[in-house]
Amino acid sequence: MDKQKQKTAALRSAGLRKAVQAGWGILTNAYINGFLPGDPVIYQGPLKQLCVPGMNCYSCPGALGSCPIGSMQAIFDGRTRGIGAYVIGYLAIIGLFIGRFICGWFCLFGLIQELLYKIPTPKLTVPEKPDKILRYLKYLILLVMVFLLPFYYRSQYGAGEPFFCKYICPVGTLEGGIPLVLLNSMMRGALGWLFRWKFLLLILCASASIFIYRPFCKYICPLGAFYGLFQKVSLIRMRVDREKCVDCGICVRTCKMNVDPHKTPNDSECIRCRACIKACPMHALTMKIGPGPEPLQERVAAQADQPLGERR
Amino acid sequence: MKREVPLKVTIALIPLAMALCAFGIYRGEVAVVLAKAINICMECIGLG
Repeated sequence: MDKQKQKTAALRSAGLRKAVQAGWGILTNAYINGFLPGDPVIYQGPLKQLCVPGMNCYSCPGALGSCPIGSMQAIFDGRTRGIGAYVIGYLAIIGLFIGRFICGWFCLFGLIQELLYKIPTPKLTVPEKPDKILRYLKYLILLVMVFLLPFYYRSQYGAGEPFFCKYICPVGTLEGGIPLVLLNSMMRGALGWLFRWKFLLLILCASASIFIYRPFCKYICPLGAFYGLFQKVSLIRMRVDREKCVDCGICVRTCKMNVDPHKTPNDSECIRCRACIKACPMHALTMKIGPGPEPLQERVAAQADQPLGERR
Repeated sequence: MKREVPLKVTIALIPLAMALCAFGIYRGEVAVVLAKAINICMECIGLG
């Protein structure tokens, strides 16, 4: 009975997360005029000064906010030769408060991958060693394609390029490219090798998502890599109550991001979806502000060094 | 078991991040973001 209750609670929590993801996706892409056929018109109001916290192409016909990764590259390319302080600072504030919670709850592309993963097929688990190596790829992409190349590269005409958006990002193709090309015949006429390349990447990413849980987030996403840097210092953190944990491993088996929540609760790969919290039969996992209390053994060892009167 | 990062480190980093963001605003980076975002980014959608 208890198990049944727990399963229901886990399902309800997963449903709530999906609703938040979908609601956020609709809310941030609610510019209806952009979806009308004819000349492409995207939203041009003041909200576009702000970045949405998740991956969301600002050329999506419905987008009301800016893409943080695209904006960062645009600043590097700008005439003022920006240092990206506005976007880096903004993302750091979010990361310092909630870490990768954004990835789990407020990313439309994350939701799309999750829905594709629901297609009933045999699922793949990438073996541990290649998986571990591939996880570093997103940090390399962040460093090279988002920071270094857009900052230093200039064409013979002095123009820079948003390397990540141009050559890798499948989000722009899905949310911006495809709808705009479908809605506008002039754009259809301008399709070339770049669109075909990006379309191929999108197909690869979407196909991989059917068999592997959120492959873009695990291996490619520079935004997830950036937020991941703050996981261990963020205000909101996962905690394990060592006195309740019985090492049953249910949390490990539940985690689709292949994190071991009872060993590394604030792993940089955790998207804070709370599935492990709901699955834990001992209620040993929680998400709270700040680090958890010291484990009992460490507390006892620390107290043993103190004079009797000063012990807690 | 590794010791966790104390909360005071986080609390010290938040104003630094805010200052960084404010510095970017002061430098006019918001206008650059807006200028990029209100036009269709041909590179992003695979046309440019």
